[in-house]
Amino acid sequence: MDLISIVSIFVLACFVGYFVVWSVTPALHTPLMAVTNAISSVIIVGALIAAAAAGSALAKWLGLLAVVLASINIFGGFAVTSRMLGMYKKKERKDA
Amino acid sequence: MPEAVHEQPAWVLLAYLAAGVCFILALRGLSHPETSQRGNRLGMIGMAIAVVTTLVTHLPSTASLPRDMLFGNDGVDWITLAQILGAVALGAAIGLATARRIAMTAMPQLVAAFHSLVGLAAVLVGAAAFLNPEAFGIAARITPIASPSFLSIDPVSRIELGLGVAIGAITFSGSVIAFLKLNGNMGGAPILLPGRHLINLGTLAAILGLIAYFTVDQSPWVFWTVTALSFAIGFLLIIPIGGADMPVVVSMLNSYSGWAAAAMGFTLHNSAMIITGALVGSSGAILSYIMCRAMNRSFLSVIAGGFGAVASSGGGEVIDRPYKRGSAEDAAFLMKQADQVVIIPGYGMAVAQAQHALREMADQLKAEGVRVKYAIHPVAGRMPGHMNVLLAEANVPYDEVFELEDINSEFAQTDVAFVIGANDVTNPAAKTDKTSPIYGMPVLDVEKARTVLFIKRSMGGAGYAGVDNELFYRDNTMMLLADAKKMVEEVVKALG
Repeated sequence: MDLISIVSIFVLACFVGYFVVWSVTPALHTPLMAVTNAISSVIIVGALIAAAAAGSALAKWLGLLAVVLASINIFGGFAVTSRMLGMYKKKERKDA
Repeated sequence: MPEAVHEQPAWVLLAYLAAGVCFILALRGLSHPETSQRGNRLGMIGMAIAVVTTLVTHLPSTASLPRDMLFGNDGVDWITLAQILGAVALGAAIGLATARRIAMTAMPQLVAAFHSLVGLAAVLVGAAAFLNPEAFGIAARITPIASPSFLSIDPVSRIELGLGVAIGAITFSGSVIAFLKLNGNMGGAPILLPGRHLINLGTLAAILGLIAYFTVDQSPWVFWTVTALSFAIGFLLIIPIGGADMPVVVSMLNSYSGWAAAAMGFTLHNSAMIITGALVGSSGAILSYIMCRAMNRSFLSVIAGGFGAVASSGGGEVIDRPYKRGSAEDAAFLMKQADQVVIIPGYGMAVAQAQHALREMADQLKAEGVRVKYAIHPVAGRMPGHMNVLLAEANVPYDEVFELEDINSEFAQTDVAFVIGANDVTNPAAKTDKTSPIYGMPVLDVEKARTVLFIKRSMGGAGYAGVDNELFYRDNTMMLLADAKKMVEEVVKALG
């Protein structure tokens, strides 16, 4: 992909983000922060590349450390979001 | 040339795109509590797609050149692969244990801690890319005549790399400070350095200047100075911001963690990272905007910090004014007689952990035939939506919980407004007193209710804005002076 396609994706994604986030109900703003935090750990892609690459031992270990940090976020972020969302209940089935 | 190195098979590009789409749908799911769990699962699927795709296309190989790896001709480096999977497993164990154990009242700290991890990961990935640019496909081997060949990083990639590391480092150190403040390891009061605006602007200019210089000189000192300065400015930016402005800070750091991911996505030409970065970046930015609007303050004034430190000295004329004090029995009696009770929770409820007792009280009132509703101000608590999560934790149905603009017109028909742990967001001075520091801030019109019950630990000590609340001295206000949780429990007893 060339730089122009990359920039196009970025700009369009900003607009998508703008509209999608405004549609999030304020009651779910804390889960929103937790889940955005989990997905921003997609940076693990870069960490995996660094950890798998040969050539620089230091880069590899930095990559492995980044894999640990990003994994904490991914698993912790999605799990805590799911735990929070599980608590939101409607009036009818509050005994559930 | 560098552009060619970025070429990836079509299926890889499509897989990353699919991951990005999953992330968009994950946020979309949060538009309603009923679809939210499905959204969260889509987010997990997207992440799985991104991770598996990367692992498969970047299988560690015993060959030394990444080129050989692409063709898969060489043996797999099992040791490295085991290390990677071990790293994922270690992270998963820590993450899951934390997520399971964390108390809902500690959510703001947890989110701040998670942000710091994203920031640090971005810095580490950036450093790895700088040390091993070939692996990231951003290098060109240049072999000038009569000198050893060296790796030159593509100039555009250098800017992306510099920005990614800078934003990541700011996210990291800023989030660490936010965490320490939210967790109570560090006082919530703003710490003001003399000449801090000058220091901050100077540091920021130095960072940007060095990133520009990085395009012509890729010496290690440039890269590491940018990193170090960015760590420093993240720290400097957050220490002057006081506790009540934390919702803005947490949202802003959320946004930064997204931009850091996006910058790294530019370096790697990875659509999943760019889409995610844009989503998270705009999400945090919108939340910051909503928080600022709810406080009637500009984003810049929040970032400049120092709010609350100056204002508290201004309210010198506060002397003993008469107020009405009530007991738990009075409160129980008043609420039992009511048709409608609106509960206004604030940060104090979170501190006192009073949400469960509060729900018990609401249940008893409902049994008496009273309509109970909850009114939430956007900046109640320490992060966006903080109160909603706590009430949900206490099994309060979400259709009894209302936002400011949906419930404000109802206070005139409300018999009892029950304020617990909130203060500034109920202050009528925001509507009438032009000299008040919170003038213009949208507030809940609780004073329009027939009776206001206001739980407060003591008459001393004002809200975070440091202003006295007019509401305390009104004829229709009854002060319940006690710890929030204890008072609610006593009311429950009196109702029973």
